[in-house]
Amino acid sequence: MKIAVCVKRVPDTETRIKIGGGGGSGTGIDEAGVKFILNPYDEFAVEEALQRKDKAGTGEIVVITVGGDAAQETIRTALAMGADRGVLLKADAIPADGLAVAKALAAELKAGGYDLILCGKLAVDDANHQVGVMVAELLGLPCVSSAAKIEWGEGTAVAEREVEGGIEVVAFALPAVVTCEKGLNTPRYPALKGIMAAKKKPIEVKPAQLGPARVAVRSLTLPPERKEGRIVGEGPAAVAELVKLLQTEAKVL
Amino acid sequence: MAPRFTGVDFYGVEGLLGEDERAVRDTVRDWVEEQLLPVINESYLEGRFPKQLVPQMAELGFFGANLPEEYGCAGLNNVAYGLIMQELERGDSGVRSFASVQGALVMYPIYAFGSEEQKQHYLPQLASGELIGCFGLTEPDFGSNPAGMITTARETKDGWVLNGAKMWITNGSTADVAIIWAKTGDSKDPSSIRGFIVPTKSKGFTAKDQKGKLSLRASDTSELVLENVQVPRDALLPKSDGIKSPLMCLTQARYGIAWGGVGAAMACYHEALSYARQRVMFGKPIASYQIQQERLADMLTGITQGQLLVLQLGRLKDAGTMTPQQVSLAKRSNVNLACECAREARRLLGANGILIEYSAMRHMANMESVYTYEGTHDMHTLILGEAITGIAAYS
Repeated sequence: MKIAVCVKRVPDTETRIKIGGGGGSGTGIDEAGVKFILNPYDEFAVEEALQRKDKAGTGEIVVITVGGDAAQETIRTALAMGADRGVLLKADAIPADGLAVAKALAAELKAGGYDLILCGKLAVDDANHQVGVMVAELLGLPCVSSAAKIEWGEGTAVAEREVEGGIEVVAFALPAVVTCEKGLNTPRYPALKGIMAAKKKPIEVKPAQLGPARVAVRSLTLPPERKEGRIVGEGPAAVAELVKLLQTEAKVL
Repeated sequence: MAPRFTGVDFYGVEGLLGEDERAVRDTVRDWVEEQLLPVINESYLEGRFPKQLVPQMAELGFFGANLPEEYGCAGLNNVAYGLIMQELERGDSGVRSFASVQGALVMYPIYAFGSEEQKQHYLPQLASGELIGCFGLTEPDFGSNPAGMITTARETKDGWVLNGAKMWITNGSTADVAIIWAKTGDSKDPSSIRGFIVPTKSKGFTAKDQKGKLSLRASDTSELVLENVQVPRDALLPKSDGIKSPLMCLTQARYGIAWGGVGAAMACYHEALSYARQRVMFGKPIASYQIQQERLADMLTGITQGQLLVLQLGRLKDAGTMTPQQVSLAKRSNVNLACECAREARRLLGANGILIEYSAMRHMANMESVYTYEGTHDMHTLILGEAITGIAAYS
């Protein structure tokens, strides 16, 4: 079983973001002092690959990312969890156009002979939900997005997807692309021995064959600060005023 | 509730760490956040070591992590090892104490003074948590002066017979094996002290929990009694040689404690800062008052000093030039720092600071033990005094 896991280096979700980037253009974030992590949804993808391999007792897990040199650290996190080797498709900047990235990944994956390609359902930095499904399309493979549970068979699988108000069960044949949702599994911590072993695992670096970027970020702003609350009065006497304001000002009733 | 802990780093210390050192730190930090902190309060109140966490800690490689891979350990450098201790103590000193004892006081002496057979037999089992160890040096009447110990080991035709009592033994009641230090010669001769690997199920070996602790409540502390305990010849650690052998173990443990102090201090600072921002008094957050700002400024200053201190100490240890006196300085300084931060955080939190749902008072109580164990603060003062003046005040 040969499994590819596509991952992305993203800012830690606890980071306090400052707008900057692009030479002060305000279309990116200021990376100074920002801690970067393996995209949390990609952790589910890595874990699922590891569990598949553990169960099969054999196989190879290849971690692939598009990014700068710093993304090697992200690959090594996945290698420390137990993946076998990495591929960095080097690009100075990651295009905002998901298709451009998907094309670079598809070009790498095409000849790889993978039985399964796993991705996170989205990257927490841009929340586009695009790359995984586009990779499937470009490779002409079946795609299951946002899989929250998977029963693996011989060359086939059945996945559960959490859809609005219910669960959809889908069957598909391998090879396929699956994008992983929270709840699929519990990602393991990179064990200390795994961290040391990861230093010796190979990471291949080659230029990313990005597609043309047809979407560009024009501006990036933080959400507006929450307005200060207002106390309209105290006791039962204030209820009428509160209801009125909820209707006329907040428009929630 | 404070937001998830992301470290305290005012001086860009992150940039002084290697990628693998940061990765190790992050694994332990995440584990503490997700596995230890949700259960520590209950453990602490019940006065029980959270033993259920041992298999996870072992699986991740927390025990004896700076010992070589050939014995089932992670083979980390000493900075990465220190970061493990920092993060564990960010959770709780009792849990860090468990890891310190298992690694620095049980695995290290077997590694340093044991035969190849002993190393191959015990180290992988201790690393994997199949065996839990404890370290018996301190006695009821010999704490700061371990050379005066009265526990004896007498050689017989089949092996050794041990007699004596040991006090304040972390992991004592939980342990499967004890490293017991005993005099093999004259009661006045500290050069006759040797180490023994003693299975705790040996006939004549008893461990009794020390009840009524108001500190390190999530740690098991026991009194050991050895009454004609017979062990085979190969229970002796062949390369142990006099009082300096157990003191070498203590240097290893104290090194980790110096890092641990930074962790406890960070936990308190993080909690205090979060609370000060949220708690409103006289119409504005208490973080806007000068007295609380001074508290926070003092804490951050101490933490920054402390983390730079242990980082350089770790680099010296990796270079093989670290001295026990340097370890004394770091243990003394950083544990004192943690005591101060915990107390100030507790005060900043006002009445809430006395509750278990906040960590400051748990850390504050814990640090009083850490202040006293592994060489009291006062003894380290005298060790430094001797290093400075050349005159030993305690002899």
